[in-house]
Amino acid sequence: MAEGAAAHGPGETPPKGNGAIGVLPILFALALFAAFLAALPTVSAGERLLWTIDWVPSLGIGFAFMVDGLSLTFALLISGIGTLVLLYSNSYLAGHPQYGRFALYLTSFMVAMLGLVLADDLIVLFVFWELTTITSYLLIGFSHETEKGRRNALQALFVTGAGALAFLAGLILLGFAAGTTRISDILAQGTAIHDHPLYLPILLLLLLGAFTKSAQVPFHFWLPNAMAAPTPVSAFLHSATMVKAGVYVMARVHPSMAGTDVWLWTLTIFGVITAVYASILALRQTDLKQSLAYTTLMALGTLTLFLGQESGYAMTAFATFLIVHSLYKAALFLVIGSVDHGAGTREADLLGGLGRAMPVTAIAAAVAAMSMAGFPPFLGFIGKELKYAGALAVASEPVLVAGGVLLANALMFAVAGIVAFRPFWRPAGGDLPRKPHEAPWPMLAGPVLLAALGALFGLNPDLLQVSLVNPTVLSLTGSENEVVELKLWAGVNLPLVLSIATFVLGLLFYLAHRPLRASLAGFFAAAPSLDRGWDGFMDALKRSAGAVTDIIQTGRMTDYFVATFATIAIGLAAAMGFRGLPSLDPAFGAVSWIDLALAGLILGGAALTAFTSSRIAAIAALGVVGIGTALVFIFFGAPDVAITQLMVEVLVVVLVAIVMLRLPRLDAAPNPFRPGHAGLAVAVGTVVTLALLAVLTAPLDRRLSDYFEATSWPEAFGRNIVNVILVDFRALDTFGEVAVVVVAALSAVALLRQGKAGGKGETK
Amino acid sequence: MEALLALTIGVLVAAAVYLMLSGHMFRFILGLVLISNAANLTIFTAGRLTEGVPALIAVGAEAPDGLVANPLPQALVLTAIVIGFGLFAFAITLVKRAWTELGTVEADEMRLAEPRKEKP
Amino acid sequence: MNSVILRAGTRYLAGLLLLVSLFMLLRGHNEPGGGFIGGLIGATGFVLYAVACGTRDARAALRVAPETIAIAGLLIALGAGLAAALFGDDLFTGQWLFIGETEDDKGLPLSTVLVFDIGVYVAVFGSVLSLVFTMEEEV
Repeated sequence: MAEGAAAHGPGETPPKGNGAIGVLPILFALALFAAFLAALPTVSAGERLLWTIDWVPSLGIGFAFMVDGLSLTFALLISGIGTLVLLYSNSYLAGHPQYGRFALYLTSFMVAMLGLVLADDLIVLFVFWELTTITSYLLIGFSHETEKGRRNALQALFVTGAGALAFLAGLILLGFAAGTTRISDILAQGTAIHDHPLYLPILLLLLLGAFTKSAQVPFHFWLPNAMAAPTPVSAFLHSATMVKAGVYVMARVHPSMAGTDVWLWTLTIFGVITAVYASILALRQTDLKQSLAYTTLMALGTLTLFLGQESGYAMTAFATFLIVHSLYKAALFLVIGSVDHGAGTREADLLGGLGRAMPVTAIAAAVAAMSMAGFPPFLGFIGKELKYAGALAVASEPVLVAGGVLLANALMFAVAGIVAFRPFWRPAGGDLPRKPHEAPWPMLAGPVLLAALGALFGLNPDLLQVSLVNPTVLSLTGSENEVVELKLWAGVNLPLVLSIATFVLGLLFYLAHRPLRASLAGFFAAAPSLDRGWDGFMDALKRSAGAVTDIIQTGRMTDYFVATFATIAIGLAAAMGFRGLPSLDPAFGAVSWIDLALAGLILGGAALTAFTSSRIAAIAALGVVGIGTALVFIFFGAPDVAITQLMVEVLVVVLVAIVMLRLPRLDAAPNPFRPGHAGLAVAVGTVVTLALLAVLTAPLDRRLSDYFEATSWPEAFGRNIVNVILVDFRALDTFGEVAVVVVAALSAVALLRQGKAGGKGETK
Repeated sequence: MEALLALTIGVLVAAAVYLMLSGHMFRFILGLVLISNAANLTIFTAGRLTEGVPALIAVGAEAPDGLVANPLPQALVLTAIVIGFGLFAFAITLVKRAWTELGTVEADEMRLAEPRKEKP
Repeated sequence: MNSVILRAGTRYLAGLLLLVSLFMLLRGHNEPGGGFIGGLIGATGFVLYAVACGTRDARAALRVAPETIAIAGLLIALGAGLAAALFGDDLFTGQWLFIGETEDDKGLPLSTVLVFDIGVYVAVFGSVLSLVFTMEEEV
């Protein structure tokens, strides 16, 4: 399981990094972070930056980007944590043979995420949404040599990809309903969308996309499986990005969409269920990383729950908890990576006594975990108080919601202890695979900085409030007045009482977690889960795809041709069915004896070609058709075409004489009359004739021909208009056509030569 | 004549389709040649027929005198004929190669790319 | 095909066809003819030669490999098209030079259009011959 440690043995000194490939992405991410930081003062002052280039102006779609409080908060988290994760990875995966690929994936993912949160256009938003899906697929499947890595990556791709289809439909409907795809314009319309008949479908489709991306129950199963990725990836995907994309979109459309009963109840119910269910599952895990993965679900549930509301309390709680969670979750994931890296395992029951060997990591873990558990004076405490205040402010069902949040928080308290306290401070539960050692500084920087920020913001909440929370709440509610002040000490009130209850309950869960885990394990082993159904679903999908392929892909060329020609016949017939049959002008009837002779020549040749069993007769009949065609060209004023046709006819005969006579005789194969094929052939011939008659009865547009006739001599100095068209007016076309002829000839030559030189074995 | 030619083209297409459906590569090539002839005639006819007056400008004149044959479809057909020849040459090379490699000229027996399902 | 009469006659016939093909090429801008037709006729001459005397002789008479000729034709046509850029026009716009131009007579016209047509001729000629020669030899 120790994927990072696998790169070097226990006794050797680890390589320092990955050279320029390791450093450049870090600098890139840092530069982005600095750029966003530079925008902070402007946005904190309540302004909004907009930036647009045209993309599809005819549809009003532009590469439009917007920086406001909400998107800047996300952008800072993404680029900041991205920088630390890249720094961490450079040591964690030091000397990994595919580090370049890893860094590329991670950087692309980061850029896609930034595009997603900054997009000011629904279509641009979707493009980046899908880019995050694809890049996260590559990241989760980074350990692609394992069956599990591939399966879990594919699972994440399918679940989020399927959600993305619904999401796209929702975005298109939203753009249609609002009359614009520009998000800032949609937001400017306020809640007008509520009264649109498409409101409900838009809401459900968008939420389906957001729920799959943000892993809400019952679509949660892919997220813990995504742990197949290297630990730094998990830290990134789970703290600031990927899963928060769904939350971001819900927050983005919140001002327009929220405020209805459907919105309120859908988000509340899914949020509460996800939060509680995930907390219980987190307790059940013995792998530290898996435990943390489930607490991510809990956090997502809580964020969704808050977004269901409209009150200033809920919005402030959302903004604060969003930041709190990103900080401690990234820190803890990185800590677990270091533990894995240093001790060689992530099994909760095995680990212990690491505090002595890894003191810095241990302290960072403790600080981050206290923020997660909600101890004062950390930011997590403020977040928790606000959560309760927000939950109690839920107008309709405060008891249910607050109860759910209480239970989830208590469980989170217990998980924080299991993940960040036990491995370091209790005696080891068994022999560790490796003698633990402290992580190198790049792997300490992330956890320490993130944990320290949690403490800093906790002691000094104003700093966070003014810079990020207020602008975010402004984005969400449209008014600064809604913001609730972040305070460490808010006096003795109901949230404080609930906080104390959380600690007591959490401590009980922590102390009893081993017997609890045993009973939970029994329960969940029996419970149905979508993850287990997944493999069956995939197998069924492959089987049905195979069955469909067997039906439509028979491997017989004749079947494909029947399908092609039948489509032509039916399509043309249907088109003419709509327009009506052509009415024949009597003038068409004028036919001279020469015409009859020409038609007779062609028809006779065609019939003979179709039905003869003699090679020579077939070739001769083909020649007759060709000559008949050439004669038509001659009689109707096309000498150039006629000469070309005749010359080609000669060459066809030569080639046929060379090749065809070396093929088996035609009468060697039985050629019975095929009534079905004949019927189809007659049908195709009939629709072609009718289509041509339809064309002939319509008026002829001679504008182009008139232009060529008028300008051929005065402008192009040629009296043969056909040739002037070929070599002057449409020379580029002719050049392309000549190129086709040359390429066809050279390919044929290559095909013939290769067969002789390479022998039979080579082509098989 | 246009109507008669439309009818002729229809028959030509029918013969070509019938040949192409036979599954025998030799007949398929014959069908290919017929259908390209039919296509060329279709383009030519769709541009209307004008008897006996090529699209040439007399010496001393600036433009054709009176109605001449439509030059545009002629230019299109001319290149189409040459391209059709290239296609035909490539196709018969393929057939010849297939015959050398696979020992058959029956398309339905060429199963390298899509092998028959093995009976379970 | 091993016929003395055919072989003896072919030398003259092939030469004649080649001459006709050049004639067709050059008059093409004002009378029926042009690069496509010329190239096909010229190639037919050499095909006849190859059928009568064998491809070895035909290749020797041609001196240059037909594949090279085909590519050269393509390049000539491309060059004629690109030349327009030198004169500041859009690509493939014909450029004309009239030698000995007077009030009534345009004199001898030289143009990139003619070069383009020659390129077409050479490309078609080379393509057809590479096809036919290889088929004769390999099949």
